Amino acid sequence: MKQVEINDKSRRDFIKNAAIVTAVTATCGSLACSCSSKKEVVGNKVKLLSPDGEIVEIDSAYLNHHENMAVLSQHEQRVGIAGKKFVMVVDLARCKNARKCITACQKHHYRPEDKEWLTVKLMRDSEKSAPYWFPKQCFHCDNPPCVKVCPVDATFKRQDGLVLIDNDRCIGCKFCMAACPYSTRVFNWDEPELPLDIMNLSYNAETGVPAKVGTVEKCDFCPDRSREGLLPPCVESCPNGVFYFGDENEDTVTNGDETLSFTQLIKDRAGYRFLEELGTKPRVYYLPPKDRQFPVERGYENLPDTIKARFKDIMEPGKK
Amino acid sequence: MELNTYEQEAFNYQRPNIEKFGKKNMMWSIFFLVWILIGGYALYLQIAKGHIVTGMRDNVVWGLFIVNFIFFIGLSYAGAIIGGVLHLLKVPWGKPIVRLAQMMTLISVIVGPIFILLCVGRFDRLHHLFIYPRIQSPMTWDVMAVVTFFAGAVLFLYMALIKDFAVYRDAKMNIPKWRQKLYKILAIGYRGAASQKRHLLISQNLLAIIMIPLSIIVASILSWIFGMTLRPGWHSTIFGPYFVLGAVYSGCGVLIVAMWVYRKMYKLEHYFTNKHFTYLGYGMMVLGAGYGYFTFSEYFTGWFGSAKWDNEVINKLFSFHEYGGWTFFANFAGIIIPILIVAIPKTRKPTWIALAAFIMVMALWVKRYLIIVPTLETPALPMQDTRTEFVKYSATWPEWALTFAGIAAFLLFFTLISKFVTVVPVSGLEEYNFPHEPHHHDHEPVSVKKEEIKTV
Repeated sequence: MKQVEINDKSRRDFIKNAAIVTAVTATCGSLACSCSSKKEVVGNKVKLLSPDGEIVEIDSAYLNHHENMAVLSQHEQRVGIAGKKFVMVVDLARCKNARKCITACQKHHYRPEDKEWLTVKLMRDSEKSAPYWFPKQCFHCDNPPCVKVCPVDATFKRQDGLVLIDNDRCIGCKFCMAACPYSTRVFNWDEPELPLDIMNLSYNAETGVPAKVGTVEKCDFCPDRSREGLLPPCVESCPNGVFYFGDENEDTVTNGDETLSFTQLIKDRAGYRFLEELGTKPRVYYLPPKDRQFPVERGYENLPDTIKARFKDIMEPGKK
Repeated sequence: MELNTYEQEAFNYQRPNIEKFGKKNMMWSIFFLVWILIGGYALYLQIAKGHIVTGMRDNVVWGLFIVNFIFFIGLSYAGAIIGGVLHLLKVPWGKPIVRLAQMMTLISVIVGPIFILLCVGRFDRLHHLFIYPRIQSPMTWDVMAVVTFFAGAVLFLYMALIKDFAVYRDAKMNIPKWRQKLYKILAIGYRGAASQKRHLLISQNLLAIIMIPLSIIVASILSWIFGMTLRPGWHSTIFGPYFVLGAVYSGCGVLIVAMWVYRKMYKLEHYFTNKHFTYLGYGMMVLGAGYGYFTFSEYFTGWFGSAKWDNEVINKLFSFHEYGGWTFFANFAGIIIPILIVAIPKTRKPTWIALAAFIMVMALWVKRYLIIVPTLETPALPMQDTRTEFVKYSATWPEWALTFAGIAAFLLFFTLISKFVTVVPVSGLEEYNFPHEPHHHDHEPVSVKKEEIKTV
C-alpha cells in the first residue's frame, strides 16, 4: 500500500487513507507509538500525499489520529466502518501453500498453532482434475447462515460487510458452526492460553482478542488494521500476493504490491465465489488457478510431516 | 369425593403403592442416584475444563447430548399427542394409560432440555437467551417452544390429577403430614361438585386441543434446528413431519415399555391388559410403517438425485466401513422387527410387544445419532486435519456418563412419581375398564369402605 498508483480523482477516500498510512509510517512506523504521543508531539513535520496527489509537509499535531483504534464502543464494533464494503479476492494461481498467512494470522490474534482461522486446503474437484491450493478465510457472506441462526445476536453483520462475533455475549451453543457450510468457525474447547496482558484486555470484536473458553471465534478480516489504514496480516505476509483486500465501494483491491480495480480484476480473471449455489453471497472471490505460478508440489514438498499428512491422500495417492 | 365402585377398587388396589416406598424401589432409586452423581461429576469436569472433555470438536460440534435431547424431547411430544388424542376421542380403553402418557410428557420435557444445555459452552450466559433473544434463530423458536410446552405439560398432567388428589386427600392414608397437606393444596378444593366437574372437563379438553398441535409445532421446530441449515442430510423439507413421526413412534414404544414395567412392578395386569398392549402395538406398527416410509423416501431421493454432497452422507450411512452396521440396526430393529412382531399373531403378546418396543426405542436413539453425526462429519470442504478427534466423532466417558445419568434421571422420576400418585388414574374409571378378566390380585376383594372415605 506504500506505492499508490491511482490517478482517478474520484477515489478520494482511498487516497486519504493512503495518506494516513504514509503519515503513520513516516512518523514512527507503528500505530501505538503515534497514538500515545499524539497530543505532545508538536513541530514534528511529516510528509503526506494530498488528495490531489501532491506531497505536502504538515505538523504531526494536525494529523487526524483515529482515537477509536484504542477503544471502540460496543456500538461501534457492531455498526462497522462507515462507507466501507470490504471485499477480498484470492488468486489461486499464485498460492503455493507457503502458509505465511496462517502464522501471521495466528500471531496477530494470539492464537495457538493448531487454531487456524485461515486455512489452506488442497482441493481436487474431481478425480481427473488437477489439485490446487485453496486458502480460505471467513467469507463474510452477505446472506450469512451463521448470523441467521444465532439465538443471542452474538454474531452479527456490519454495514461494512463484515460478520463479527461478540464473545462476551456468545453462549457457545455452536449453532453457527453447524450452520456455516464452509467450516469457518472454531470453538474454544478449553481455556485458551494467552499472555496475561492480553487476557486482561476487554474484548474487541474487531480483533477477536482475547479468546474466551466456551465461545466461538473466526476470521474477522482485521478491521482494526483497516482503521489504521493497514492491510490484514494474511494479505501483508503473503510472499506471493495471493490475497487482494479492499473496498467494494471504492472498487479497489490491493495485495500490497499492486492496486487494482475490483470489478476489472474479477472480469479479466473470471473471478467466482465458492459454492455460489448455496446462496450465501460470500464477500470473498476466487480467481481460478489458471497459468499457475507454481506447480502444486511446491506447496507440499517442504512441509513439516504433521501438515504433510493432511494432503497425503491427494498428493501421494495409493500410499498410506 | 364420591367414588363409584370401579374407582374405589382402583384406589384401594393401588393405595399401598403410594403409601409405602418399598425396599426394591428404594434400591432402584439409590442405583439411579449413583448414576446421576457420576453424571454430576462428569458435568463438573465439563464446566471446569471446558468442552474439551467431550468428543465434540470443530467439525462435529454436537454429539451425544443433542442426540439425547432429540430423543427425550421427542418422547415428551409423543406423550402429549397420545395422551391428548386418547382424552379427546374419549377412547374408553385409553383411560388407564392416559396418565402414563402424561407422566412421560412431563418427565421427558424435564430431562430433555438438560441435554441441550449441556451442548452450551457457557452456562453462565444462559440468561442471554432471554435478554438478547433473536427471533430469526430456530434456537430461539425452540426455547420458546420448549418453555411453552413445558408449561402445557405441567398443566396437562396436573389437571388430570386434580380429581385423584382429592381422592388421596380424603382417604385417610398412612402417610406423613406434609404429604397429606400437599395433596390438600394440590386438590385445590375439588369436591366433585357439578360445576367443578364441568370446568375441569372443559379445561382438560381445551388443553388437549392445544397440546396436540403444540406438540406437532414444537417437534417441527426441533427438526428445523437442523433442517434450516445448509447441511447435507439435514436440509430437507421432510424433516418437520419426519421428526414428528419419529417422536410419536419412539414415544409409543416407551409407553409400551413403561406399561410393561409398571404392570410387573405393581401387578397392574388388571388395568394394563393384554388389549392395551395389542392396541398400542397396532399403533406402533402403523407408526413404524410410516416412519419406514419417511426414511426410505429420505434416503432414496438423496441417493437417486446423487448430488455430490448428499451422496457423501448416504454413502457413509450405507458403507459397512462407516455407519452401515448402525444404519442396518436402526432400520431393521427400529422398523422391521416391531412391525413383524405385532403383525404375527403368535408374537402379539405383551412381553413380545414390549420387547420389540424396547429394541425399537434403542434403534431410534441410534437413528438420531445417524441423523446428527454423519452429517457433521461431512463438511463441504475437505477436513484435511491430522487430529483424528477433529475428523471423526467418538463420544468420551463424560458424555456417556451424562447420557446414562439422563436415563437414570428419567427412570428415577418415573419411580418417584409412581410413589406419589397412582399410576392408573383412580377417577374416571368405568365398568368398561373392568372387562371379563377375573380379578386376580392378592388384595382384599372389592368393597367400598364408606368409613374410609370422607364424603362431602
